[in-house]
Amino acid sequence: MRVEEMRLDGNAAAGALREIFAHDMTTALVTCAGCARASPMGVLMNYGGPMGVILRCPHCDTVMLRIVSTPGGRYMDASGSSVMLIPERPT
Amino acid sequence: MAGNPFIARGFHSRRPAAPPGRLPPGQYETRDFPVLSAGPTPRPPLAAWDFTIRDSEGHSVRWSWDDLRALPRETPTADIHCVTKWSKFDTKWEGVSVDTLLAAARSAGVASNPFVLAVSDGGYTTNLPLADVTDGKAWIAFGYGGEPLAPEHGGPARLLVPHLYFWKSAKWIRGLRLLPDDQPGFWEQLGYHNYGDPWREQRYQGDP
Amino acid sequence: MTAELPAATASRLDWHVASVTDVRRETARTCSIVLDVPQWPGHRAGQHVDVRLVADDGYQAQRSYSIASPPEDASLVLTVERIDDGEVSPYLCDVLQAHDGLELRGPIGGYFVWDIAEGGPLLLVAGGSGVVPLAAMLRHRAHAAASVRASVPAHLLYSARTWDDIIYRDDLEQLAKFSDVTVAFTITREAPSDWRGYRRRIDRAMLEEIGWPPSATPRAYVCGPTPLVESVATLLVEIGHDPARVRTERFGPTG
Ligand SMILES: Cc1cc2nc3c(=O)[nH]c(=O)nc-3n(C[C@H](O)[C@H](O)[C@H](O)COP(=O)(O)OP(=O)(O)OC[C@H]3O[C@@H](n4cnc5c(N)ncnc54)[C@H](O)[C@@H]3O)c2cc1C
Ligand SMILES: [Zn+2]
Repeated sequence: MRVEEMRLDGNAAAGALREIFAHDMTTALVTCAGCARASPMGVLMNYGGPMGVILRCPHCDTVMLRIVSTPGGRYMDASGSSVMLIPERPT
Repeated sequence: MAGNPFIARGFHSRRPAAPPGRLPPGQYETRDFPVLSAGPTPRPPLAAWDFTIRDSEGHSVRWSWDDLRALPRETPTADIHCVTKWSKFDTKWEGVSVDTLLAAARSAGVASNPFVLAVSDGGYTTNLPLADVTDGKAWIAFGYGGEPLAPEHGGPARLLVPHLYFWKSAKWIRGLRLLPDDQPGFWEQLGYHNYGDPWREQRYQGDP
Repeated sequence: MTAELPAATASRLDWHVASVTDVRRETARTCSIVLDVPQWPGHRAGQHVDVRLVADDGYQAQRSYSIASPPEDASLVLTVERIDDGEVSPYLCDVLQAHDGLELRGPIGGYFVWDIAEGGPLLLVAGGSGVVPLAAMLRHRAHAAASVRASVPAHLLYSARTWDDIIYRDDLEQLAKFSDVTVAFTITREAPSDWRGYRRRIDRAMLEEIGWPPSATPRAYVCGPTPLVESVATLLVEIGHDPARVRTERFGPTG
């Protein structure tokens, strides 16, 4: 099966994000450090499957957010996201 | 999570009988070849594809697709073990031993260093000790099961290091960096084990 | 589990053991699981839960399932398509039964949700089990007063393999009749001999016929197998719909 048929999106990462953030993050507007375009977290491409959450920019494939849950704690790398706007009220 | 886990009545892990001693701890055997990827499948044109071994001073040696295919080939058969718990027995590969490539690199003046960072199309990386890709332990594989290696399984070429968890066998490989210091790769930065020996169940950092 | 914690400090995302009150067949390949969840905080149409199965040797599997029931209903309903070689969905459809417990957390998600207050028109496009969160939206809409509904017209385009694979078929026909939803099915494999509807994969012409013109600025929700979602979203944008009003949720590979 092709990888592209298996990818999910930021919606599928909502649970993993809520383990870390107090708010739902799928409506957060995230700016890509690669191409400077902003997307709601829910539309990011979600790869990584059972190894972890790998969210990529839908425009340029830059890795914007990575999360891995391990027995020792949760690792998160957001170096591919320059800014996150968490809206006051979800639309 | 506090308290005892809730056991789902009638739910069982998939652990079909495997010959004793063949499955590393916590693994189950699969007959499929599950596809796992940290990103979209790169499809580089073979005419522009190359493979490079480079040291930390910038000395390098480069093979085109045709150069690589002209090197002596080996056909290793190996059991592979994914950190997501599946193992697959007797997988049959075709490729060039990393020993062959490193010997050529050495004679071209590329310095030998104790650590390797494998780098792939799409930005994926993984780190290994040099000792784990030498002495017949690793290949640059371009054939699987008698066919060209399919893109979703890492074609045109992937690293094959079957004695470590399979994320170390970088798909879509384009080169090896020989480094004086260890540099954690894509998953190793994020809490996966730096070495990844399936027999010692080194899945995550902190595992023995 | 956080049974000892006072409810006020319990995060909404703790794992809870829900009680299964019923497992009923929807189609030959899908079932609905009716759940009673202690301290359910309420949800929005389109949200999902994460389900976790733990075996007696500690082995775990976790998957997401959309909530089929509208926020107005007392019990929580999930609808699961049984994937033959799957790990979790065959357990949910074949093994799980009334009086069992099922561990879950939720509600989860805030992007792929719709509330009648957001207005419309609504364009819902589903493939296979992707109809589940969209059905929650239509059921939520059906609870509104007729005058409110009239200001939020809704169209559903639903692609299924066969006539018998259409999930909630009777319910959708009822919704069409009594809450003025336009429902169109397309059948991609075997259609009944008297079938006069679409018999092909969703394409641009179909979306132009069932969808609203871009000038109507509909809110589109597209859900189902990843290849279908991506192709429909691309077509909607090509037709001229504002990408920011086309929301998508990918369920993974095609069954
Ligand atoms: C946000 C979200 C909401 C979801 N909501 C629902 C829902 O309401 N109802 C529902 O039935 N499913 C839903 N899914 C899909 C669900 O989470 C599982 O992926 C699905 O049930 C398969 O799990 P499994 O353990 O049975 O199969 P797995 O063991 O995960 O997979 C077994 C085999 O089937 C393939 N496969 C995996 N997923 C699918 C699929 N969806 N269709 C066909 N083949 C597949 C795999 O590649 C593999 O070869 C949702 C997914 C997401 C991300
Ligand atoms: Zn980008």
